[in-house]
Order: sequence, then C-alpha cells, then structure tokens
Amino acid sequence: MPTRRRAVVTLVVLGLLAAASVLASLLAGSLAIPPGEVFAALLGGGGGAADIVLQLRLPRALAGFACGGLLALAGALMQVLLRNPLADPYVLGISGGAGVGAMFALLLGLPLIAVDGLAFAGAFAAMLLVFGLAHGDGSWTQTRLLLTGVIVAAGCGALVALMLSIAEEHRLRGMLFWLMGDLGQGTPWWPAMLALVIALVVALPFARELNLLARGLLQAQALGVAVDRLRYAIYLLASLATAISVTTAGSIGFVGLVVPHLIRLAIGNDQRLLLPASALAGGALLVLADTLARTVIAPQQLPVGVLTALIGVPLFLFLLSRQPR
Amino acid sequence: MTAPLLEARGLRVDIGGTTLVDALDLAVGAGERVAILGRNGAGKSTLLTTLAGLRRPAAGSLLLGGDDAAALPPRQAALRRAWLGQFQNDPFGSTVLETALTGRHPHLGRWDWESPRDAELARGALAAVGLAGLEARPVHTLSGGERQRLAIAALLTQASPLYLLDEPLSHLDLNHQMAVLGLFAGAARDCGAGVVMVLHDPALAHRFCDRALLLDGDGRAEAGAVDALLTAERLSRLYGHPLRQIDDGGHRHFVPE
Repeated sequence: MPTRRRAVVTLVVLGLLAAASVLASLLAGSLAIPPGEVFAALLGGGGGAADIVLQLRLPRALAGFACGGLLALAGALMQVLLRNPLADPYVLGISGGAGVGAMFALLLGLPLIAVDGLAFAGAFAAMLLVFGLAHGDGSWTQTRLLLTGVIVAAGCGALVALMLSIAEEHRLRGMLFWLMGDLGQGTPWWPAMLALVIALVVALPFARELNLLARGLLQAQALGVAVDRLRYAIYLLASLATAISVTTAGSIGFVGLVVPHLIRLAIGNDQRLLLPASALAGGALLVLADTLARTVIAPQQLPVGVLTALIGVPLFLFLLSRQPR
Repeated sequence: MTAPLLEARGLRVDIGGTTLVDALDLAVGAGERVAILGRNGAGKSTLLTTLAGLRRPAAGSLLLGGDDAAALPPRQAALRRAWLGQFQNDPFGSTVLETALTGRHPHLGRWDWESPRDAELARGALAAVGLAGLEARPVHTLSGGERQRLAIAALLTQASPLYLLDEPLSHLDLNHQMAVLGLFAGAARDCGAGVVMVLHDPALAHRFCDRALLLDGDGRAEAGAVDALLTAERLSRLYGHPLRQIDDGGHRHFVPE
C-alpha cells in the first residue's frame, strides 16, 4: 500500500514526465524550432516560430494530453466497474456510437463542427442505450452490462463498415484516420482538458471505495460502500470521459487498456494513486505518440492510434515479463 | 435496556420464486453465538446476506442495533455488523496487508489514508489468524486456507460488534478450524460480540454456539438452545440421513449411520 507521501512523489515524477512530453512536442516537428525560441514564444515573445508553437503545436499537445488522460482514466474506471482487467473505455460501445455519428457526418462531407457534434451525440446515444438495456430488469450485473456493451459495439462496428464501403474514394482517408484516432482534426483542446480536470476531481474522493468495489459488490457493500450509486456514477463518468475524448481525437486505441495496467504493474492497484497516475501517464504517452506520428515520416502524418500501440505493446510486455509471479 | 445487535421480525427470504425462510423472528444480543444449520440449498447463505442487510427481505423487517437496516446508510451498517462471504476474489491483485486493511474502510473519512494505528490493528488481526510475517505477500500466492484466514483478519479489523460468518471454516485444517472458532468464542465472551455463523458440523455448532437455527429449506425454521435442538433425532430429519449421537466429556458428536 502506498503511503500518502509516496503517492505525492510518484505523481510529481509523472507530472514532470508529462510536462517533458509536452515540451518535446513543442520542439519537434517538420520545422525544427530551437528551445530558446520555443521558450520565448511560450513567454509571449513574437517571431515567426511563435505562431507555429502557439497556434499549432501547443493546442495539439494539450488536446493529446487531455485525450490520453481521459482515456486512461476511463479505462481504469471501466476495469473496476466490470471487475475485468480486459475492459477498456471502448468495450461498452461508446466509441462505436461516436464512430457511427462521425462516419455519417464525414460520409455527407459535413463541416468539422457537425462531425464533432454527431460523434458526441452518437457516443451519448450508445451510452444511454447500453445503460437502458443492461439495467432493464434491475439486475445490472457485470456480465449483463458487458454483454450489452459488446453487442451494441458490434452493431455500431457494422454500421461503420457499411458507411466505409459506400463512401466516396476521396473521403475514405479522412474516415479511416478518424477511426484510428487523429489529433490533427483541429477540434479545440480546452473542452477535453476541462473534462479531464472535472473527471479527476469527481473520481478521486471515491477512490478508496473503488478499491473495495474491485473485490466484489457484496463485499464492498458490507464494508460500507453505497454500491449501486457508485456504479452508476462510474459508468456515467467513464462514458462521458470517453465520449469527450473520442469527439476530440477519434477512437485512439490502446491507451485506455494498457496505461492503467502499466501503472498497476509499476506501483500497485490502489485507486487513490492509480487514477491520477493513469491520467498523467496516459496524457504523456499520447503526446509522445502524437509527436512521433507527425515527425517520423514528416511532412506525411500517421494516425496516432498506430503509434500508441507501437509504443505501448513493447513497454507493456517488458513490464509484464519483469513482474515476479 | 439496549437494543439487540440484530433483530429480524417476520422475515421472509425468497430466491428464484421459492420461499426459503418464512416468518422468522430472531434476536441476537451481545455475547450470543448462533449457528445456522441446514442442507445445501436450504437458504443459509441467502438468509445470512439478508440478516447482514445486503439483500432485501421479501417481507418483514430487520433491525441492526435497533435501527431499520433498510434505512441505514451503508457505512453506518458496516460499523454495526461485519459479514464474511463464501467467496473472496480480487481480479487485480493486492498484498495481504492491503487486504486486511480493507476492514478499516468504514472507520476512515473520505480523504483519510490508513494511519499507522490502522496498520497496527491489521497486523494484530493477521497475527490472530496466524498470518504474521506474510504482510507483503501478494494474495494470489496464498493457499485457500490462508486466504480464508486473511478474509477473517479483514473482518476483525472492521471491529464491529456483530459478526455474520458464512462457512467460516471452509478450506481450514483442523487446527485452524478450532483456532478460528475459539477466536470468535473469545470475542463473544470478552468483548460481548454477537456471532451468527453458517456451519456444516453440528458437533462444532453444539460446542461453540449457544443457540442453533435449523433451516428446513421450505420456509420452516426452528430456533432453540443447542442442547435442546441439536439431537440425533432432529438432525437426522434435518439432513435426511440417520445420525447417531455420542456424548463424550460434555461434547456431543454426531456420526452418520
């Protein structure tokens, strides 16, 4: 069990790591900008480089950090809610619903605001649908919730495939990038960042109760947790966090599944530390992945979802193999 | 006069459309030990979760420490009764000490972290069940019996006045069976704890409890002092298998024919 002091130290280290990742993303790009000019731009100095740093790279890095944090936090919450280590933010169909909305907008060639709006509406609709169906008979068990979510996700996947197959050739690339996750869409960063802060503030007071929830519903209830209320709240929180992230950057895979496990392997499963640490690490991982995505074969860009998996898989396997069993 | 730790009034327990227990009146006061006996599927565990306030009764009411359990906030209920389930699991893994500390949850405020005093209580509880020195071990490396004792240690750290135990002896070897029953008998005698436990061995029920509650599984339940109720004749009917009673030094033993 981490002490409060160890928790603070861990979070400070992860916070520095996150800041470093954002800084790296400001420095790197198809146009190399020296650190001096980056700092000058951040401190309000003008110059040609300032526009690139402040208008392009900084918003994109902040959006990446917020989305990574939201996904990792939602993943950690879903894993506790379903008491299943394989759960991720997308397992209950939130991204599927968003995908249907976004593909529909892209298929018709609607403007960005409509893509975002329909993506969020789709995610929200999927959330309500899964909640309503899973809650139907009042049992609201993990298995029922998981099955409902997986089936709704499958249905959404079919609709997305349908729209991809009838889409015009020149729209396909944009649609595929959205599906793989892409931070280059120009959606503003601040709603996601605001959502991340709110989600953390809401979730952290309940972290010790989440520790108990992971051990079983009756067990948690016997120890004094208002289990039903807590589960509704987590479902809502994790779903909204996922919906906002997916609206901002498409369905970036892997972060939500793997970051909570990475943190768990490194520092244990106490949710009081796991939740904020996952948010910081998820944000840092996504910023780094996005920086690579836009520099590896610059000026060409890769979808960031590809990079998160390429970075995350070896890192995860390394930590797993090092773990004494 | 203080209210009993637990009081059931006209309690009915249903599961899957059948009534397991009907019109049960039961009060457990400080220092009392009650054994629940019955066949598999007679509703022992379901009744115990209902008595813990974790399951809504089909009819009747349940009072914990004099207050209606249905209206009691979960945390208040956790301070009035501790419940040991049949199954413990933890899909994400944790250490022995972390698990023992879970019992402290109802005693801590929302922002509190476990204090050194809580850790001390948990170490004491681990020592009481013979798990001293294993604090840092991951739970999944423990044997079934060790896990059961760990669950009992977590229960002890909860420090509530009433223990509801569902098969507390499962997976335990003979030595630890006696130790665990002795532990709860001591808690009842010295601290005035109430203990209600589901047991499968009528001899141990006779030896370690004051009263027995026999569940026939069809709604009928019979409660009474162990001396009067735990006889070969009554238990033969309960289990549907003839039993012979052997008295030895004040203890009763029941041998299947």
